Amino acid sequence: MTQSKWIKGDVVSGAVLAALGAYIVSQAWRWDYSTAEGPGPGFFPMWYGLAMVVLSLILVLRSGLSANTAEKVVDWTGIGRALIVWAAFAVCVALIKPLGFLLALALLTLFVVAVMYGQPLKVALAVAVGNTVGFYLVFGLALQLSLPAGPLGF
Amino acid sequence: MEILTSLGHGFAVALEPLNLFWCFVGVFLGTAVGVMPGLGPAATIAMLLPLTFNMPPTTAVIMLAGIYYGAKYGGSTTAILLNVPGESASVVTCLDGYQMARKGRAGAALGIAAISSFIAGTVGVVGLMLLAPPLAKFGLSFSSPEYFALMFMGLAMVVLLAGESMIKALLAMLVGLWIASMGIDLFSDASRFTFGRSEMLDGVDFVIVAIGVFALGEVFGNMEKREEGVMLPVPKGLRNLLPTMAELKACRFAFLNGSIVGFIIGVLPGAGSTIASFISYGIEKAVSKHPEKFGTGVPEGVAAPEGANNSETGGAMVPLLTLGIPGSGTTAILLAAFILWGLRPGPLMIQENPDLFWGLVASMYVGNVMLLVLNLPLIPLFAQILKLREYILYPIIFGISIIGVYAVSSSLFDCWMLVVFGLLGYAVRRLDYPSAPLILGLVLGDSMERALRQSLMMSQGDLSILVSRPISATMLVLAVILLCLPLFRRANAWRVKALEENG
Repeated sequence: MTQSKWIKGDVVSGAVLAALGAYIVSQAWRWDYSTAEGPGPGFFPMWYGLAMVVLSLILVLRSGLSANTAEKVVDWTGIGRALIVWAAFAVCVALIKPLGFLLALALLTLFVVAVMYGQPLKVALAVAVGNTVGFYLVFGLALQLSLPAGPLGF
Repeated sequence: MEILTSLGHGFAVALEPLNLFWCFVGVFLGTAVGVMPGLGPAATIAMLLPLTFNMPPTTAVIMLAGIYYGAKYGGSTTAILLNVPGESASVVTCLDGYQMARKGRAGAALGIAAISSFIAGTVGVVGLMLLAPPLAKFGLSFSSPEYFALMFMGLAMVVLLAGESMIKALLAMLVGLWIASMGIDLFSDASRFTFGRSEMLDGVDFVIVAIGVFALGEVFGNMEKREEGVMLPVPKGLRNLLPTMAELKACRFAFLNGSIVGFIIGVLPGAGSTIASFISYGIEKAVSKHPEKFGTGVPEGVAAPEGANNSETGGAMVPLLTLGIPGSGTTAILLAAFILWGLRPGPLMIQENPDLFWGLVASMYVGNVMLLVLNLPLIPLFAQILKLREYILYPIIFGISIIGVYAVSSSLFDCWMLVVFGLLGYAVRRLDYPSAPLILGLVLGDSMERALRQSLMMSQGDLSILVSRPISATMLVLAVILLCLPLFRRANAWRVKALEENG
């Protein structure tokens, strides 16, 4: 299946950055461009926002209009794997408050080892426990850092 | 004479037991992360930075700098043994280093890499010691317009050399500038890009962006592949790490070439150690009596690039410490570290913080000796690091990243920001946007805006102040030329192509 030449990483990312640039300019418009003392808070963002819009549009047009549609094959499985791990990391951060840092990290470790790397549960448990104990000993006891604790007190 | 007295004072600082210990920890960690492909010094320094907040600043700088130059030593080990560069600066070392290993001279290649790194690393520190004080004096004459022009030129060089697409490098830099403007405005009380969150009024902490983009982005990128990298057998021949006299003789010029080229490239912002190692390899090949043998396992092909990438470190410290201008992602993180400790690298740094400056310089001499001693006998041990499984390493990086961010502010909101910047780091990698301009834009954004607005206040809004002063005008013209270079190259290539087609 041939991929439309407008659906490319550069085109999509360029469009996102053009939108970001437009947002920056729209915000900068609301702040003073110049004041009696000199340039105001809107001065610098206005210029780099405009530069962002122009450059990202050049990127979009150049990439979209280029004859080369045979961009390297996108490894969607790989991207999916990376995004799953990112989501697991986000869940770990969400679990810090209810469970505490150590337990949340243990669950993330278990997930990465058992699910993402397909290791036997025994190995995954050993790594998760070892990692958690190691963090507690190094950062909690030795370095005396205050790790975010859950209701269980750790 | 004054320099020698100051250096003596620096050694008194560097040889304090606490500083010696942390210097050792830094170079050891640096070597370890240098050996590990997929985890670089920038990510390591970003992750460990918050853990140094309880240390005296001099000790912390000594340790973090140790990671920076220690990684250069470690990078050569995997390049020579497995043909896998531990970091980008060791790519060239693969060419002859791995071929030497295949011929059973792995030990000698590692020995040459360590010796060359030691010589060039030391030359780099001597260069830093000699060049930094006069450059700092020159920097004292700078005012806001000159600082703006200097930062503009530094960013232009980084953008020019950051990657294949200059537009992408510029866009990455602009995103960095945007993140830097978040929070309360420097001159007024306007809050910018805070999305209505009070947590954002102080802006986004640099540590969060650095850890997210460098450490997490790298790990998410590596997680795309389920299979772990195939372990190649470590070649034999590690017992005798000392090169023969003939090999050392062949490397004489390479030691010198690597040292000088590396230092000069290091002083220039943006070029970095990868370019330094390529250039010195090219020079070595060009002046060699047997250029056809390069790539088949000649010792000079290992000595020149390894020397260059170590000497570059000393060079890169010059603009960082004397002008406050970092030339790469790693030195940008070091600059952020200085700022977090309340220090401001710049022309006054040597006068105001002699302990720190000369202590750091002396610690780099000491660190280089430590690295030579560490690397020669312990290379087989460091090679074992490669056996550390990814599924053990990555959860450790996740944990340290969260702790690093939480340690700065004790705020879970910042941990959520880390989640966002981790995704940004992955996207930047996936879409081939260079991360160094983003980090530099972020680090320099505040100072650049301040310098520009102060300049325009001085001139009552007249932009010509930037070009009416000779130093700033020269730097701005250079920056514009740098940014236009690819256009000329492309125009020239098109012209040549057209001429060829016309017969």
